[in-house]
Amino acid sequence: MSEAAQHPQPTWPFRVNGAAVSVSAPDNMSLLMALRQDLDLKGTRVGCAQGNCGACMVLVDGHPMQSCTTPLYAIKDRDVLTIEGLLADEVPGSLQRTFLDEQAAQCGYCINGIIMTVAGLLSRSPPADRNEIVETLDERHLCRCGAHSRILRAIDRAIADQRGRQP
Amino acid sequence: MTNLPANLAANPRLNRWVSFDSDGFVTIKTGKVELGQGAVTAIAAIAAKELGIDLDRIRMQPADTDISPDEGYTAGSFSIEHGGSAMRWACALVRTLFADKARTVLGDGQLVVQSGIFTRQNHNQGISYWELAADVDLDRSCKDLPAPEMIGGTIDYPGLHRLDLGAKLSGKAFIQDMSLPGMLYGRVLRPSHPKDRLASFERDKITALPGIVDIVVDGNFMGVVAQRDEQALHAVEIAAKTAKWQRDAELPPMTAANGWMSDVTPRSTTFIDDEGEASQVSQRHRAQYSRPFIAHASIGPSCAFASWKDGHLTVWTHSQGVHPLQRALAKALRIDPGNVRTIHVQGAGCYGHNGADDVALDAALLARNANAPVMCQWTRADELSWSPFGAAMRVEMDGSLDDRGQIVEWQHAVWSPPHLARPSFGDGVKLLAAQSLAEPHDHGPPNDAPRPYGGGDRNAVPTYKVGKRKITHHLLPQGPLRSSALRSLGAHCNVFAIESFMDELAALARIDPVEFRLRHLDDPRATAVVKAAAALANWDAADPGGEGHGRGFGYSRYKNVGAYYAVVATVEVTDRIRLLDVYGAVDAGEVIHRDGVLNQIEGGVIQAASWTLKEQAGWTSSGFAVRSWDDYPIIKFSEIPRIHTTIIEPSGETALGAGECAAGPVAAAIGNAIAHALDVRVRDMPLTPERIEAAINSASS
Repeated sequence: MSEAAQHPQPTWPFRVNGAAVSVSAPDNMSLLMALRQDLDLKGTRVGCAQGNCGACMVLVDGHPMQSCTTPLYAIKDRDVLTIEGLLADEVPGSLQRTFLDEQAAQCGYCINGIIMTVAGLLSRSPPADRNEIVETLDERHLCRCGAHSRILRAIDRAIADQRGRQP
Repeated sequence: MTNLPANLAANPRLNRWVSFDSDGFVTIKTGKVELGQGAVTAIAAIAAKELGIDLDRIRMQPADTDISPDEGYTAGSFSIEHGGSAMRWACALVRTLFADKARTVLGDGQLVVQSGIFTRQNHNQGISYWELAADVDLDRSCKDLPAPEMIGGTIDYPGLHRLDLGAKLSGKAFIQDMSLPGMLYGRVLRPSHPKDRLASFERDKITALPGIVDIVVDGNFMGVVAQRDEQALHAVEIAAKTAKWQRDAELPPMTAANGWMSDVTPRSTTFIDDEGEASQVSQRHRAQYSRPFIAHASIGPSCAFASWKDGHLTVWTHSQGVHPLQRALAKALRIDPGNVRTIHVQGAGCYGHNGADDVALDAALLARNANAPVMCQWTRADELSWSPFGAAMRVEMDGSLDDRGQIVEWQHAVWSPPHLARPSFGDGVKLLAAQSLAEPHDHGPPNDAPRPYGGGDRNAVPTYKVGKRKITHHLLPQGPLRSSALRSLGAHCNVFAIESFMDELAALARIDPVEFRLRHLDDPRATAVVKAAAALANWDAADPGGEGHGRGFGYSRYKNVGAYYAVVATVEVTDRIRLLDVYGAVDAGEVIHRDGVLNQIEGGVIQAASWTLKEQAGWTSSGFAVRSWDDYPIIKFSEIPRIHTTIIEPSGETALGAGECAAGPVAAAIGNAIAHALDVRVRDMPLTPERIEAAINSASS
């Protein structure tokens, strides 16, 4: 008997970075596991798997969500954007470019999650201001290397860039 | 040849450092590894400069025991000082050999090399490294070669960016992201009490679970290998629910200021005990300081891959030292080191000896019967409880002043469990699983990092002129928690104690703290950073402080021979402590990568602020008290100070590491600033609002 027949599992359809996907998995499996293990999208990092550190942040229907504590059933038919999808959107002044220009990282493990949160908050209408971004980082993201001041500098520049682009 | 850098002398064959690839690139092989600190970029820049090759023609080979020079650990702020200087020499020697060969083509005379092409001055004809490579044999020892002439000049240039960050900010980049064909997933069951051993678990319940490939039990070591990671994780959760544990010992109660230490018999060494009597003692002061255990708390949980083939083991690891890990794994697995290859893959920042080495042995044990590569990753709870901690410390200071306010007598005694228990250090096998095996390995006698750099006694010797000195290190053979190297080792608490005590003595002498320090310093580089930090902060000796506003000073020379760092911290204390500004001056000798130095200082400041104000790893009678980030708050984005840094670069001085010099001075500057703000002093870290309130209450009662 095949593995699947022994342990039948539901299939979860959703979209990742614009493409339709479906993942067959136990219903309590996290979105993070599916992204990294089934879809080979490993720019979303595994940090705590407890919803505390923010390394695994993605956008679900445009909203920042921690993929480690988001079960697959909760994203059925929804739109997921990961760091890889954000990069495919190659625009000058992209967040990744801004973080690199500012060398806003040390080990860089926490940064992709932070970029996803900032991307979500800045693409909202109206975009979040600096205070709200810092409050959100306080609640949802940890950096252990002490790259905070550089990260905030990159965010300030991203906010200024966005204002500059607005007509 | 004399003066050969030690790492090059130990690995004298030049092709262990440099090789030219047929596609117009050069492969640079450093034994130092990237830990997020930027060392590999700095070493690449050194190689590019010294070879006369553009940076974008350089490939940095990750450390690999089959390929790379053995440069020990990437630790102790030695990457540039040792690894960089060895690479610089190796590249200069290689350039000299190639230049000699180029002259056979271009003719005798002075050659210049630019973008990898040798030319004679005022001649158009040139020849490149790659055209010459077939005729220059780098598979040779450099020990018989004369000392090379260095190109010299500054290596740093504006816009020199980290080589590794682009990939990290895009997608797969870390060891946790690696894939190997046919790979399986392993997870390990560990107890929640440091002195527990696995007695039994219900194997049948795990065998029946989906995807299980192997259940590995060796003595008290237990782990599961599965086709998928969530299956392995689930299996270990089920095992934990059915597990029975045997407790070998209870933990002492956790009390303030490391009360448990008084019940442990130390191995004591008084390593400085000046002769004679202190003269003209007019005032005497004594004080005690402490810090708790501190977690490395990497954001990425420790991870390794292992693959066995015909008795030969390959391990992919984010260890700080692939060669020492190779030897330790061979010992633990009782195989020949020649049958172990370890390859570095970058991980999250580790800040010292975390679980990276331990998880490598876990992976090797799990993969043994798997016939496939096995990835093993720790959980957050594993990482926060079973990674070694930075050791708890207690320091007693005793000093005397003469009637001019000059220090004439100084005693410093420090109690601490080991700060260095790396896998290959000392006798025994220190990898975590090695002591759990059916044929267990001995951990070996407790040890500490030897002087002059020291472990618990790192920076216990004051850099000041203090008259008659007595310095004692009380090494505690064991503590309630496992401890090993955390960034700066004992320097964090020793410098906190020394610099707090300096402020206390300055107050007794009624001398401004900066002036008091300057009166006790005779090293011009030390004096220069102290003055520069004070100037940057507009230090006002007349500032009375109080009303919750304060500023404090801290200074040290890391390891007494490394980078100089002086700092002023300003705070506002209400019901909480706000660190406002940190003004620092650093002299790390020659600067290889200015932004790299600034980044290390900024990170050092922020991490030290987090340790000093917030962090404490504890335990209860039922075991580890830290299982998640909820149990171990670290500094948040809204809590970081504005950081201002001046770099002093004296000419002709060698490059020193900048990664660890900030820890002690920042801790002390914060403590001194709080004392200046409130006129009470808290001497036990973390300096929390609760402790400050208690100090205020006891001062007023």
